[in-house]
Amino acid sequence: MIRIILTLLLLATPVWAVEPDEILTDSGLESRAREISKELRCLVCRNENIDSSNAGIAKDLRVLVRERLIAGDDDEQVIDYVVDRYGEYVLLKPRFSLKNAIPWLAGPILFLLGLFFALKFIARPRAERLAQLTTDEEKRLNDLLDK
Amino acid sequence: MTAELGHFATLLAFVVALLQSVIPLVGAQRNQASWMAAGMPMAIAQFLLIGFAFVMLTLAFVTSDFSVALVAYNSHSLKPMLYKVSGVWGNHEGSMLLWILILTIYGALVAWFGGNLPDRLKARVLSVQAMISVAFLAFLIFTSNPFERLPNPPIDGNDLNPLLQDPGLAFHPPFLYLGYVGLSMSFSFAIAALIEGRVDAAWARWVRPWTLLAWVNLTIGIALGSWWAYYELGWGGWWFWDPVENASFMPWLISAALLHSAIVVEKRDTLKSWTILLAILAFSFSLIGTFIVRSGVITSVHAFANDPERGVFILVILVIAIGGALTLYAARAGQMKATSAFNMISRESGLVINNLLLVVATGVVFCGTIWPLVAEITTGRKLSIGAPFFDLAFTPFMVALAMILPIGAIIPWKRAQLKKSMQPLWGVLALSVALGALVWTMQTGGRMLGPIGITLATWLILGAVAELGSRAKVGKATIAENLRRLRNLPRSDWGKSVAHAGLGLTIFGISAITAWEVEDIRVAKAGDRFEVGGYEFLFHGVTKDNGANYSVDRGAITAFKDGAKVATLQPEKRFYPVQQMPTTEAAIDQSLTRDLYVALGDQQNGGWAVRTYVKPFANWIWIGSIVMALGGLLSLTDRRYRVAAGVRKMQAVPAE
Repeated sequence: MIRIILTLLLLATPVWAVEPDEILTDSGLESRAREISKELRCLVCRNENIDSSNAGIAKDLRVLVRERLIAGDDDEQVIDYVVDRYGEYVLLKPRFSLKNAIPWLAGPILFLLGLFFALKFIARPRAERLAQLTTDEEKRLNDLLDK
Repeated sequence: MTAELGHFATLLAFVVALLQSVIPLVGAQRNQASWMAAGMPMAIAQFLLIGFAFVMLTLAFVTSDFSVALVAYNSHSLKPMLYKVSGVWGNHEGSMLLWILILTIYGALVAWFGGNLPDRLKARVLSVQAMISVAFLAFLIFTSNPFERLPNPPIDGNDLNPLLQDPGLAFHPPFLYLGYVGLSMSFSFAIAALIEGRVDAAWARWVRPWTLLAWVNLTIGIALGSWWAYYELGWGGWWFWDPVENASFMPWLISAALLHSAIVVEKRDTLKSWTILLAILAFSFSLIGTFIVRSGVITSVHAFANDPERGVFILVILVIAIGGALTLYAARAGQMKATSAFNMISRESGLVINNLLLVVATGVVFCGTIWPLVAEITTGRKLSIGAPFFDLAFTPFMVALAMILPIGAIIPWKRAQLKKSMQPLWGVLALSVALGALVWTMQTGGRMLGPIGITLATWLILGAVAELGSRAKVGKATIAENLRRLRNLPRSDWGKSVAHAGLGLTIFGISAITAWEVEDIRVAKAGDRFEVGGYEFLFHGVTKDNGANYSVDRGAITAFKDGAKVATLQPEKRFYPVQQMPTTEAAIDQSLTRDLYVALGDQQNGGWAVRTYVKPFANWIWIGSIVMALGGLLSLTDRRYRVAAGVRKMQAVPAE
């Protein structure tokens, strides 16, 4: 575990993420930029978004996102713009699509399946629910009843 | 000599483990008491040998014996003593030795405290434990020998990564491993039960404390790791949905499910095969976690392909253990017949839903963690799955769990009336919703997370209190009677309420910090004043200094609230020359209502980049975790786990 953390950390540090000079004066645009940045991956980092990454490429992407926002793109367009250039790999949240059906649908499908079996188990007819008496037990029961 | 002695002890332990994995098992099959009894001294011998090996390796680290490769690569003569010791497990080989040490500790614990176990079950449990030992000792000896010597020892070592030189992280792995490996006990008990072909209340009573112990340690380990990330990694993030974190979170979720289903087996003698399956799954996720972390496969498929030896070895262990267990399960699970039934509205149903939600949540984390890997291997398509995915796909199941929890905790076994059971909870429910609504009207932004989180947290915490209250018949009996009842409640009931309230506290902390954190990023010059989240900060500038094995730029900031000084903060930027690595040490002024969090960045434009956060109620995330762990410990001290005599009588003649 430690070795992996090490690799992660070597890439992740030194930390300095969003720098003061990148911040837009328009606070509405800036907060949109921050939200978008949290969905975009720093391409050379491990599992880190461009908002908190210190890598050069992350800075470039942060600046790019802000440029697009100033140009008047909506959030969706900004993300599309980045994906067109860097591929779907850049998205930390894969799109809802057939190709990504497994991670997105895993939860709902597992839940429905589980619910089905749970209900079936709880509602099974009473006779099935209990273990049958073993022959020994049956004999003992009969003995008792005969007395 | 120490390294050679350690290596020799490891080899001996391997031989002992081989014998232990066969002899007691055969003894149990043939009903030979002496063969069965042999498991106990062997388990203790294994522990002593590995313990000795571990001490030898620790000695090499403490004395900075750089002729041992592992010490040379991971230690340094100037390193503080605490980190020389924690350096033993701050690397792959050493951490595997720790893994095995803990495995043998559990084995020895069964031998020492398993006096109330039937001989046959104990023999089988010890054999299965030993099989796991054999696998991991082989892994250690053949692929990851920690005792290797260097032909030309260096004058000094490479040092431990500075980020790991931290008290929080020094103790993170031991707790985590106590948890991971503790689940091997549940696994061994499950396999032994499958071989035996029977599961009953007594079995559940034996397996539950081990699961509880593992879960408590996992809780502490995960909390320590998250706390460390919070103050060390940068911006006060406390959970990143990183594969390494997920690797520890999945066993935590499953073991939580197992804890609950084992209660149903113990009290109601149903859900037996499901519980066995959960026990197998819990340890399987431990193994998967070990594989994910140790093979490096998640970091990079290519790194794995270039150096596949270790990864493939663990993968083989994983396939044999999980495959073997599930095959045995498929063959034998049918024999586990329930002897009781329950209605739709009952405690049992509540626990079934608990299990369903926890298992599905685990499934989501699992898919999210491995899907990028699977997609790349099968289609060559590269994609990422990170925090935004998990926040969306995982959270709903936890919200649902929190919603049903207080009801499930209070509703009677077997058959219940919802209306009657809900009586003590209506007030709590109304209060929780009202509090959430109040928070919603008070906050300015549109995020629903805060109000929902507060509602759930209040519901859980007060729900736990209400349950204790109804058990004590508050309002229905005299106060003296209430107190008498509370005193007489079993520890496990107290543990349950405490743990559930702890979950509420954690949810409260998580929602508060996520919804209401305030951030400020700026270039500050000495003498600058600025306002963040109702606090005023005065930046005094930066001074240079030297630490034990690093140099440091130390900022000085005073925080004021309404003109009164509340804290002096000294964020640091350190530089560790041996590893040529800078680190950021954020300065945090902690309190129960908020953390003031300041990090120092680079020098620029005649000032310093400064990041300031006000993080409301942050500490409740970890306080809640500790309360959960305490609840687990309380439950662990319950009388019924300590009383052996009663249990012994319950054990019938094992089926052939």
